[in-house]
Amino acid sequence: MVVQFLDIVIGGLLTGGIYALIAVGFGLQYGVARVLNIAHGEFIMLGAFCTWTLFTMAGVTPLYSMFICAPFFFAIGFVIYRIFYTPLRTSSESPAVFEGNSMLASFGLLFVVQNLALIIWGSPVKGYSYLAFPIQLSGAVFSANRIVTLIASVILGSAFYVFLVCTRTGKAIRAAAQDPDAAELMGVRINRVLALCFGFGVMMAALGGLLLSMTSIMLSPVMGMQYTLIAIIVVVLGGLGNIKGSFIGGFILGLVGYIVSSSQPGLSMVAYYVIFLFLLLVKPTGLLGK
Amino acid sequence: MKSARGNWSSPIIMTVLLLLLVALPAYALSDYTVILITNILMYVVLTLSWAIFSGPTGYISLAPAAFFGVGVYASAILSSDLPLPIVIPIGGAASFILAYLVGSLTLRLRGMYFTMFTFGLVELVRNFLHWWEVNITGTVGRLIITADNTTVFYAMVVTFLAVLFASYLIRRSKFGLALRSIGESEEAAAHSGVNVNRVKVVIFAVSAFFMGATGATMSMRWTYIDPTSAFSIQFSFMPVLMAIFGGMGHLYAPITGAAIFSLLEEILTTKSPHYYMLLFGLTMLVVILFMPYGLEGIIEKWRKKIKAGLRSGHEYT
Amino acid sequence: MNILELAGLNKHFGGLAACTNVDFHVEQGEILGLIGPNGAGKTTLFNLVSGALTVDSGVIRFKGKNITGLKPHQICRAGIARTFQSVKIFSKMSVIDNVLLGYLFGNPKCTMSDKATREAAEILEFVELSEISGLRAMDLTLANQKRLEVARALATKPELLLLDEVMAGLNHTEITQAMELVRKIRETGVTVIMIEHVMKAIMSICDRIIVLHHGEKIAEGKPEEIVKNKTVIDVYLGE
Repeated sequence: MVVQFLDIVIGGLLTGGIYALIAVGFGLQYGVARVLNIAHGEFIMLGAFCTWTLFTMAGVTPLYSMFICAPFFFAIGFVIYRIFYTPLRTSSESPAVFEGNSMLASFGLLFVVQNLALIIWGSPVKGYSYLAFPIQLSGAVFSANRIVTLIASVILGSAFYVFLVCTRTGKAIRAAAQDPDAAELMGVRINRVLALCFGFGVMMAALGGLLLSMTSIMLSPVMGMQYTLIAIIVVVLGGLGNIKGSFIGGFILGLVGYIVSSSQPGLSMVAYYVIFLFLLLVKPTGLLGK
Repeated sequence: MKSARGNWSSPIIMTVLLLLLVALPAYALSDYTVILITNILMYVVLTLSWAIFSGPTGYISLAPAAFFGVGVYASAILSSDLPLPIVIPIGGAASFILAYLVGSLTLRLRGMYFTMFTFGLVELVRNFLHWWEVNITGTVGRLIITADNTTVFYAMVVTFLAVLFASYLIRRSKFGLALRSIGESEEAAAHSGVNVNRVKVVIFAVSAFFMGATGATMSMRWTYIDPTSAFSIQFSFMPVLMAIFGGMGHLYAPITGAAIFSLLEEILTTKSPHYYMLLFGLTMLVVILFMPYGLEGIIEKWRKKIKAGLRSGHEYT
Repeated sequence: MNILELAGLNKHFGGLAACTNVDFHVEQGEILGLIGPNGAGKTTLFNLVSGALTVDSGVIRFKGKNITGLKPHQICRAGIARTFQSVKIFSKMSVIDNVLLGYLFGNPKCTMSDKATREAAEILEFVELSEISGLRAMDLTLANQKRLEVARALATKPELLLLDEVMAGLNHTEITQAMELVRKIRETGVTVIMIEHVMKAIMSICDRIIVLHHGEKIAEGKPEEIVKNKTVIDVYLGE
């Protein structure tokens, strides 16, 4: 009985760790930069594929790939924001118009990234095996690589939290999250901060994808969308603009997903959607939101 | 005292005549042309349907692929038992019901939540159908009784005329005004007597009807369908791209945008689909950044310039 | 006959009490002024009557019928129309289309027709906007935009019209014209409640005045009585 309970809790946490990470990234983009980045999942996919390529072609283990992927994807996100979203922000007549336009731009980005991946890697699914030996935790058995991803998620999440609270840039981000105009008046270079946020968002997506690829799942260039949806649902669950909420919400949804998958594999997406609908109807500000 | 509804009799009559001309010699046209025009019409209908609701209200729906897929599946299930003229409206009706449900629940929320929900609807329905087929019916995918290309062509022509007529009627009616007022200020519209939620939900469902009917029609061309092929996000992306590129103010705008891109797809499709889809993704980015009112915006600016020039008596060389 | 009765209306937002136990009535055919310092709860009151906000407690009766809790479009069709503090016209639509919308949806069973266009044109004549009926609403001056909002409200054929600071931002001439329009509206039989800060307008055209402060009604009476009311003077001078 206890074993079953622990199995569920730990299993849920393992799934949730990655969800938490990608949700925080998405939350940064939507909560601060006000970009509904529906291409978020595509960067998760890219992160996974880059890790696969580095591992199978160059023998670089995923944990070292992190040091390559993190700055690389951060830069990509930063540049994308500067090229597409900064001019869009200036040309949009109102924040509402910008929200719509930036979402549509992300829609275009989705197809650019997804098809780029299809051209580079082709459509057949891929995967690799790393740290795939089993580990026993209080009677329940889990794969070592999944435990590593949980530890990594927690470390990354905490590191980012420390960054937000303790550094000047982090404080600028939090100020921009509350009120971009006021922050600008206080001397915050708002365009740079928003681009940074977007860059961090893409970086976390890629790292999430990296961790995902470690869990021996099948990688496909079309796998991105479901993770975008998970990120959306988690961010709504945790409360828009609430970074801590997104992190915790990821674990909650991961738990739900693990429970549903154990009894009815293939219905976890439906379960997430039911939660989403329930949230939107009853408490759109999220379980943990204001 | 002419309002912005404008005078639509000439373009409409012309289009109808044009189509009658096109339809009659269908037997004389090559198979390839028939298939090409059918494809173009498919995209035109999807784009027009999308523009009926999302154009004036500003609620960006990313669900066309879901409604199209529902039509495809309805047709797949029923085509062996029922004749085509019944299956197509049923496909439309199934999408209407789904849209009515989704709309009732989510159109009360902020536009972005609605968009998020519609974005996932495609995945959701696909996932659910896949699970259903694996666990309940036991077989994944279905075989379809196909119809020949000419039949499908005529069915698409009828659907096109139907959605064109519907678009025209809605625009000219008080609901056209209501939709535009909702797009500007829902609060003011409600205080002027508009039942905002009812109008949104009904028109959203009507637009979905035509998307479902299109799906039901086009499925007759495929011998085998499964959830993945029937529910592809591409069918949400293309209508949105075509409408944004073409514009949504006048009726000709989304039709033009759809025609241009479906022809482009036809021309570029000799290479792998990934290249032109990448190009279309880039096009969306370019259009959003540089063409805020689409092709129509550019055309209308020119028309105004020419009119102003003529009025002030300047000579144009 | 009382066309509107408010009994025990309460509304709060979090800790802020926007309306506390507000009671008053409006007589048919009168022009009632609603004044008070900023934040007194005047627009909140309008929002409660028009259905834009839900009451926490209390009853609103219109022509004897309980309309508390009805949705804005239902209240509009019942015969109450309003304008907004920040003008909410449909900027991209033409002047005549703005009015047509009010006519077609504020009245039962109306369809787009020549009759509708004619009636909308008549309303535009009434508010003296006929010459610019084809212009886009966003191209109008502020004074004309306010007129347009009033025209749209009148198109719904209301028996009670709520005007929220219709004179804000207008110059002297425009204010006089607006006052004329309000009188004209009352002459057609429509009861008017006006929220205003322009004192000369309030004092000269209102039959009665109600004063709100911090969400509570602190005075009620004819204009001559209100100017002499000590509580009112304290409230305004003390601010």
